[in-house]
Amino acid sequence: WARLMCSSSAVQKTLEEMVKKDKVVVFMKGTPAQPMCGFSNAVVQILRMHGVDSYAAYNVLDDQDIRQGIKTFSNWPTIPQVFINGDFFGGCDILLQMHQSGDLVEELQKLGIRS
Amino acid sequence: MFELEQSICLKTTIRAKLTQTLKPEHLEVINESHMHAVPAGSESHFRVLVVSPQFEGLSLLQRHRLVNETLREELSSCIHALAIQAKTPQQWSSNPSLA
Repeated sequence: WARLMCSSSAVQKTLEEMVKKDKVVVFMKGTPAQPMCGFSNAVVQILRMHGVDSYAAYNVLDDQDIRQGIKTFSNWPTIPQVFINGDFFGGCDILLQMHQSGDLVEELQKLGIRS
Repeated sequence: MFELEQSICLKTTIRAKLTQTLKPEHLEVINESHMHAVPAGSESHFRVLVVSPQFEGLSLLQRHRLVNETLREELSSCIHALAIQAKTPQQWSSNPSLA
C-alpha cells in the first residue's frame, strides 16, 4: 500500500512536469498519426485545422499509470484531455464547442498561434 | 431483452441524477453506444444536453465539471464516453439545437 501511494504521487509529479513542458499537451488514445478512438481523433483534427502541429501527444494506452493518473491530476473522468500553458483546458466536447464558437482561435492567439 | 432493460435503466439513472442536481429546464439523454464499436445493447457511450439556469456565469469547463461530478459514479464504472452540451436557458432559446 505504501509503495502504491508512493508511486502514485510520483506519477502526479511526472504528470505536472509533462503538462508544463509544452504549450499544448494532449493525452489521447493512440497517436496523432493513428488515433484509436473517435474522440481522440476529433481533438487531433481540430488542432490540425487550427494549424497547431507542434504539440506533445501522449498515448494513454501505452501506460496504465498515466491513463489513471491523468484523470486524478485534472479531476476529469475521460480521455482525451487537452492542456494549454500547463492548465487543463477540457476534453473533446469543450475543444469542439470552442472551435465552433470561435473562442478557440482567441485562446490559441494568446499562445502566439494563428489559426 | 435483459440488455435492453439494463440500457433503459442506466439512461434513467443518468436522467434522474442530472434532474435532481441541476434542475434543468430541458434535458436530453441519448444512448449513442450503437454508433461505436461495442456489442449491441451496450450502454457505454452517452450524450447529454442539459439546459439549466445553474450554468449562468460559469465557463464551459466549470459547467462540464458540474455534469461530470453529478455522474461521477457512472463515469468511473460503466460509462466509457460522455458527450456533454451544457447551456443556459438564454443560450438554448436563441439556438435550440443539439450541435
